[in-house]
Amino acid sequence: MLEISADLLDAVIAHARADHPDEACGVIAGPEGADIPTRFIPMVNAARSPTFYEFDSRDLLALYRDMDDREEEPVVIYHSHTATEAYPSRTDIAYASEPHAHYLLVSTRECGNGDGPVEVRSFRIVDGAVTEEPVVVTSADAPIGDAP
Amino acid sequence: MAIEVRIPTILRPYTDGAKVVEGNGATLAALIDDLDSRHVGLRDRLVEDGALRRFVNVYLNDEDVRFLGGIDTALSDGDSVTILPAVAGG
Repeated sequence: MLEISADLLDAVIAHARADHPDEACGVIAGPEGADIPTRFIPMVNAARSPTFYEFDSRDLLALYRDMDDREEEPVVIYHSHTATEAYPSRTDIAYASEPHAHYLLVSTRECGNGDGPVEVRSFRIVDGAVTEEPVVVTSADAPIGDAP
Repeated sequence: MAIEVRIPTILRPYTDGAKVVEGNGATLAALIDDLDSRHVGLRDRLVEDGALRRFVNVYLNDEDVRFLGGIDTALSDGDSVTILPAVAGG
């Protein structure tokens, strides 16, 4: 299960709408081992493509150094599909390299750059095996972990 | 003297979970051979047909070795090598 705050999820969706028809991509980092996404980091799609995404290699190094310094890990790795459903493609599965991450996919095929409906789904991708998981959206002003 | 090598999460099963290991080699290829002698299987995850795999990024200090000499990039004692899988897909 992916628990994510509404504001973080909204930020991911806004990025996907803005970059349509190219794929948008990024990370939501969080404290190591906590499985809580907290820090939204939109990345440039170096491929600038409607069918492929790749973090720029220098950006990737800077991202991982920064997360190391902050004792964070990539809790969520997100990207958009702009013409197909929000389900991992063959290349998504082949290149998935963070076994602890939630792979969050957003499809903008209906909404494009507009305010229409988006499809959002989350997966684990480990050793070529895809497992879908529920997405639980928490209220933006009641972060996970706070006592009720 | 040695070269520090930072290992990404997905390859830590080869290093008994270690985030950082040390190795030796005058070139990146020699360093990878040296690492593979202690962390068997690591080379195959990094190298294909004598070149670095397309979706594995290797950095010497702050520079992607693709912009240096690729797998033949020369190394010196005290260098730091970072391995990061590409974050990519379709």
